[in-house]
Amino acid sequence: MLLLIAGTMSVLFVRNLFVATMLLGIVSFIMALIFISLDAVDVAFTEAAVGAGISTVLYIGTLALVGSQEKDQPKFAAGPLVICLAVGAVLYYATYEMPRFGEANNPVHTHVAPRYINDSPTEIGVPNMVTSVLASYRGYDTFGETTVIFAAGIGVLLILRQRRRRKNEDDETDVPLDEGKTGRSGSLTGLGSQHDLIPHVIAKLLIPFIFVFALYVQFHGDYGPGGGFQAGVIFAAGIILYALVFSLDYARSVVSERAILFLISAGVLLYGGVGVVSMMLGGNFLDYNVLASDPVAGQHLGILLVELGVGITVTAAMLAIFYAFVGRADLIAAKAEQEEN
Amino acid sequence: MSFGFFNYWVFIILLMIGLYTVMSRSNLVKKMIGLSLFQISVFLFYISMGKISGGTAPIVVDGPLDTAAPIYSNPLPHVLILTAIVVGIATTALGLSLVVRIRESFGTIDEEEILEMKDGA
Repeated sequence: MLLLIAGTMSVLFVRNLFVATMLLGIVSFIMALIFISLDAVDVAFTEAAVGAGISTVLYIGTLALVGSQEKDQPKFAAGPLVICLAVGAVLYYATYEMPRFGEANNPVHTHVAPRYINDSPTEIGVPNMVTSVLASYRGYDTFGETTVIFAAGIGVLLILRQRRRRKNEDDETDVPLDEGKTGRSGSLTGLGSQHDLIPHVIAKLLIPFIFVFALYVQFHGDYGPGGGFQAGVIFAAGIILYALVFSLDYARSVVSERAILFLISAGVLLYGGVGVVSMMLGGNFLDYNVLASDPVAGQHLGILLVELGVGITVTAAMLAIFYAFVGRADLIAAKAEQEEN
Repeated sequence: MSFGFFNYWVFIILLMIGLYTVMSRSNLVKKMIGLSLFQISVFLFYISMGKISGGTAPIVVDGPLDTAAPIYSNPLPHVLILTAIVVGIATTALGLSLVVRIRESFGTIDEEEILEMKDGA
């Protein structure tokens, strides 16, 4: 815990944004360890994969585009500090009204949670309660969140893939993304150096295991910690590793951008489709009981399909965001080269 | 137990650091990092509320149980935070992509410099 505070303080004071990003990754990882000690294994899983993995890649991708040095400025800002301290003081005062940490009869634990804990094993038949609450009891929420991820992925694509119009040249107003080939200086596509043997060998060894692990997490989420969100992120991380070590063109030839656009919507449609099918079979929207002959088997099937939909959307959205950032760097590099000529 | 509120205090400190970063730094990437810290602190708050002392992870244990009935920590905050993390990274990515576009349009990602430009124009 104290390590965590030290980490965040250093994130605040470090000038170089690159170092700050690395420290943020470390903070996320420490947080994941704390989550494990607080019994939240699923959350720790996600935090480690997302916070320490994907978000670091995204920040570095941004820094490659915007430069990593923060402008010098006065270290001390009085106004914000006062506001922060005031907010902190109010919250500190409020903690004395909070129920004590870790007691079983706190209000949090007496509302709907006992029902989830006591009834979900018989109603849903899935040992991991987090999965059953996520996909079944709170299926609407999860559907909404998958849609948010879908929207964010589309939003990033819209913002970053928008083709720039150059002011001084009239006819060729568009630079097609496909022109970003390897080997341009400053291009992120050429990031995967062709000559570094060790990363190549190690990546080749690791990537199959990452994919197998992602599939395990995806389909074993009913029984152990895991599920669609985590599996999607791990799967995307595997492909991003491939793109970083080899080159983006190789990764694009494995999973093309068109395929990503297709998958990102296919996941949401699969989730919604399960809901529609259950309505057609006479149940409510996202009521899995009717999907199979007996309710428990129906719940199993429904959760499996829904988690698959979540996993597909998350993978595709993460990849879309990554491709968009890297493709942007290519676009800029291509433009700079054209201006030189 | 004097440590009864310790997790909540850590949450408050992290939240203050995140808020301070957002408000005091003019660099837009640093602001996004501050927002991430803020987000992480809220996650810690939720998960702390879900913990029951002596409890275990909310996964049903099969087979012979040595205790009468195992205590499970509350699964509900876990579900909320699990999805919040992934949604958080998606929205962070959206913010970062806006930062990239701002850099391309204005040539800087420093808020104050952008405001000066606007006044000058």
